[in-house]
Amino acid sequence: MSDPAVSPSWMDGVQIWAGRKWRAVWHPGGEIFYRHRALVRLTHWINALCILFLVGSGLNIFNAHPRLYWGQYGANTDAAFFSIGAFNTAQGPRGITQIGPWQFDTTGVLGWSKVHGVYQVRGWPDWITIPSFQDLADARHWHFLFAWLLVINGAAYLVHGLWVRHIQRDILPTRQDLRAIARSIWDHIRLRHPTGDAARRYNVLQKLAYLGVMLLLTLMVLTGLTMSPGFNAVFPPLLDLFGGRQSARSIHFISASLIVLFVIVHLAEVVLAGPINEIRSMLTGFYRVPQDHDR
Amino acid sequence: MKPALMTRRLAILAGFGGAGYLITNANRLTLSPGFAHVFRAVEDWTMMTQRALLYPERMAREFKPSDISPVFKANGTLNPNTPQYNAHAAQNFVNWKLTIGGMVNTPMTLSLTDIMHLPRRTQITKHDCVEGWTAIGMWTGVPLGLLLKAAGPRPGARYVVLHCADNLTGEPGKGGAQSPGQYYESIDFRDAFHPQTLIAYALNGKPLDVAHGAPLRLRVERQLGYKQAKYVERIELVESFADIAGGKGGYWEDRGYEWYAGI
Repeated sequence: MSDPAVSPSWMDGVQIWAGRKWRAVWHPGGEIFYRHRALVRLTHWINALCILFLVGSGLNIFNAHPRLYWGQYGANTDAAFFSIGAFNTAQGPRGITQIGPWQFDTTGVLGWSKVHGVYQVRGWPDWITIPSFQDLADARHWHFLFAWLLVINGAAYLVHGLWVRHIQRDILPTRQDLRAIARSIWDHIRLRHPTGDAARRYNVLQKLAYLGVMLLLTLMVLTGLTMSPGFNAVFPPLLDLFGGRQSARSIHFISASLIVLFVIVHLAEVVLAGPINEIRSMLTGFYRVPQDHDR
Repeated sequence: MKPALMTRRLAILAGFGGAGYLITNANRLTLSPGFAHVFRAVEDWTMMTQRALLYPERMAREFKPSDISPVFKANGTLNPNTPQYNAHAAQNFVNWKLTIGGMVNTPMTLSLTDIMHLPRRTQITKHDCVEGWTAIGMWTGVPLGLLLKAAGPRPGARYVVLHCADNLTGEPGKGGAQSPGQYYESIDFRDAFHPQTLIAYALNGKPLDVAHGAPLRLRVERQLGYKQAKYVERIELVESFADIAGGKGGYWEDRGYEWYAGI
């Protein structure tokens, strides 16, 4: 690619080909800059696919024993702090979800739900599990396939991110960031998104959320390994760290729930901050800096 | 438009198309022969990783008596309930025989009394079910390695197959109900000669009860619960388990579960 090119592209702006990359651009709605490197974009989407399959297959696995315990051991006669079950009542079978001392009727979704139009005993419903039919062996196959992909993909992201200092520069909050945290919370409550120069960087809550989800994913891998009797023999300290295989299993489930919560907030923020600009930046790398007059 | 950008755009489209295909066809792919190869490759890779990490041989954690589960959950077959088994149970298993055969120099038949007079090992370990629950119990038994040394494996023998007295119909959710089958399991020599691998006859200081596999069961502590075969009556050394039942090396293995159940 010898001649510098100008691209009046589908991104609705103008880019110039600067040696290796499309760069420094003008756009009627605001300056466009190269925000996400190719490896970050690629690992982002692979990670999203992994999380989707891991959550779906994880819920199918969970259905094989829909109870959570704390400690080294835990089975049906031991006290569960969370459980999904079905019980016969005067009104017929009901799905009951128990959290600590509280019980909720979750008929139709948790415990007692329809599969191909027929009610059956089932922890999580068929529309959320992978595969949709209940089978522990098959769900485990998906789970381990995508667990390996998640680990390899995550390692690639981390090594690259630390190497090019993306994580240190863009994700780790600075002292200054942390001092302004109250301000950032207030901006989020009012659904005000940064514009101009401030929009070139992640805000402090965004940094903490990305950092948090990285820690949660690491926790997922470690608690997952702690459920393995083989890995317990390889590295027993994890059993002590998490307080037992059953505690690790519970932390695995809670961390997964927090990751799902992150995804929901993340998607909502994408919509609120301008979905086309946001999604385009995660596909092409280019992000248009929102201007004040945008709102 | 630059050709380079064009191919990149195509790559992005292909990527999302592929992901969409995976998501919308997950059920079908689960059972497709093509994807079976993918899952099989992952299983092999997982096993290789575990075996490499477990070398040199590591011990499973042993717990304190205060860690023992108040109730040790019994799962799978709770009573083989065949006429022969019931007759043995009525006599407290005094006539139960364990045979060791196949590729060995000295085939043996041992009574329960013979086994109880051999050197024993007692260990408090956790039993991790593939479903997710855990129970901790104290097991007493003879190390399997001792029995195998006495029988003398012949060159070429690679696996120890445990034949059981129970016919399990399984649960539909785990892929079992459609196909009843005699329970069996297999482990390789690395696990068979591991010091914590026992033919156990006591749980928590009492003779095994029927629900927990009386009179003899396997303990192979670094693997999941379905490997811990109950009601063991015959040990067979083989070069390959391809000709036994479904050919995958165990009752649950024949129904889709991993042969090496370390995770």
